[in-house]
Amino acid sequence: MSGTSADPELSAIEETKTIDDGPDNSPTTPEEKKTFFEKIDLAQIGLVLMTMVRKHGLNFSASIVSLMLGILFWHYATKYNLNFYINFENIPSPLKVWAAFLAQLADTEFYIHIAVSMKRIIIGYVFAILLGVLAGVLMGRSRFSRAMIYPYIEVLRPIPAVAWIPMAILMWPTEEASIIYITFLGALFPIILNTLHGVEQTPEVLVRAARSLGASRLQIFWHVILPSALPSIGAGLAIGMGVSWFSLLAGEIISGQYGIGYFTWNAYSLINYPDIVVGMLVIGGLGTLSTYAVSLMMRPFLSWQRRAR
Amino acid sequence: METQIITFESHKNKIAPEKERLGHIEIDKVGITFGHGSEKVEAVKETSLDIQPGEFICLLGPSGCGKSTLLNSIAGYVTPSSGEVLVDGELVEGPAPERGMVFQQYSLFPWKTISENIAFGPKVAGNTESECSSIANTFLAMIGLSKYGNKYPSELSGGMQQRVGIARALANYPSVLLMDEPFGALDAQTRLMMQENLLSIWSEFNITVVFVTHDVDEAVFLADRVLVMSASPGSVIADLKVNLPRPRAPEIATSDDYMALKKQCLDHIRAESLRAFEQQNK
Ligand SMILES: Nc1ncnc2c1ncn2[C@@H]1O[C@H](COP(=O)(O)OP(=O)(O)OP(=O)(O)O)[C@@H](O)[C@H]1O
Ligand SMILES: [Mg+2]
Repeated sequence: MSGTSADPELSAIEETKTIDDGPDNSPTTPEEKKTFFEKIDLAQIGLVLMTMVRKHGLNFSASIVSLMLGILFWHYATKYNLNFYINFENIPSPLKVWAAFLAQLADTEFYIHIAVSMKRIIIGYVFAILLGVLAGVLMGRSRFSRAMIYPYIEVLRPIPAVAWIPMAILMWPTEEASIIYITFLGALFPIILNTLHGVEQTPEVLVRAARSLGASRLQIFWHVILPSALPSIGAGLAIGMGVSWFSLLAGEIISGQYGIGYFTWNAYSLINYPDIVVGMLVIGGLGTLSTYAVSLMMRPFLSWQRRAR
Repeated sequence: METQIITFESHKNKIAPEKERLGHIEIDKVGITFGHGSEKVEAVKETSLDIQPGEFICLLGPSGCGKSTLLNSIAGYVTPSSGEVLVDGELVEGPAPERGMVFQQYSLFPWKTISENIAFGPKVAGNTESECSSIANTFLAMIGLSKYGNKYPSELSGGMQQRVGIARALANYPSVLLMDEPFGALDAQTRLMMQENLLSIWSEFNITVVFVTHDVDEAVFLADRVLVMSASPGSVIADLKVNLPRPRAPEIATSDDYMALKKQCLDHIRAESLRAFEQQNK
């Protein structure tokens, strides 16, 4: 095998391995992996790379190759139990994770975990949008409201969602409500602050123009302040979505019987390591998807900006 | 570009006939100061003016002399510290659609199309969508931008945007049009064209125009009366009648009357600028 290996460093690792001699806990036999990773002809790889670059451009291809190399590294690190600062001994290999993922896809319970998490995100997030935009606009347009509301933001914003968990459990009648509350809090502050910023950025000359054209306060809010603040609100919504996932997982890990955060932590408790990674990747995927959904939701309102460029 | 004459009946009906013109502005001992205590700034020193309906007034003065402040008190953005501003006998207490405003900076709503910008006044006044779009079309034709109704402001040149700004203010059929250095950011060529355009629009609408500028040529070319303001704190130090014939074309700039008026203005301005300069160096 060392003879056919294209990479001299790989074979070097292999040689050290025979001396170190850690147990190989991979489910597949070395023979199978060979066919998968090593038996590919270099020339063939080159050809595939070249067609990919031609079809999808250099940067996209570079991203794909980089990801593949990362997975390859992960594979070998787990295969040979690399222990160099980071310990790979107990880390499941990519193939095991893939198998676990396929197994979970066939399990209804897995979907329930995802659905429960999504539900919590949606409820918490919608409340955060309503309250956040309202508070941000009030503070941006009225010094008095700002004086009333801002102290709470100063005091509460630095408290991370995790620190809220015990208090949230005491505050709310059900565990579900307390997790949603934490999700809501996570999204709230970025939305408030970005709305405030956007409202403050509204050019005064536009407000003046609207006033001299006969617009009422409400009309000025609707036609001038809100559209002017929307790009900033959109940024706040995207950040808020990220933080609300973060908060949700903190909540689910510590309490609850369902949700993808619970699933991930539970996999650890049950020493079912591949499922930890499945949980993590699903969390990452859902986070990306929901942030994308937010930007998709904002897009029709910001079309004038894209026309401008 | 030629300004088209509009023949819509509804449009004609909204323009006040010659006899019952509105837009009489009375500025009665108006003084305006900003701030308190040591930060107190006197922007306008007690000023009284009487502007007749349909007059084209240019407020001319050095930078920082309080032209915008005085104009803003007519618009209703600034409340005088003393005295009062009356328009058609009514005390000005805030901005209103009867007093249209055109700003120096681009002030179109970037998220609204050109048509939506023009029809903004009629829309907030409660007109239906179809009324709004017919008003928008009327004014788009007037400013020669019929093809641009569905564009966004950022897709237009500076001169086009400013024409839209004028149309937007006029779409409310105001009795007074207030303009704060509206052509200040435009190149000389576009500026000349815009001035001619403005004059033909003004003659069609029969409205009072108060036009702020620090460009002597612009003031003399446009105005019935040029009001020269002193350096800070501002007050009107000269009220010059411009008896040049109308309609005016750029060639008028070579006539003797024009030259004489321009010289008069320049002398006032120079004296004021010198005084301001000395004041600042004290
Ligand atoms: N809101 C304000 N608060 C305090 N001072 C002000 C305010 N607005 C204007 N001023 C001051 O009043 C004076 C006149 O300002 P104004 O803007 O009316 O001058 P201007 O003649 O329009 O100048 P420019 O030609 O530069 O536009 C200036 O000294 C200015 O600093
Ligand atoms: Mg000014």
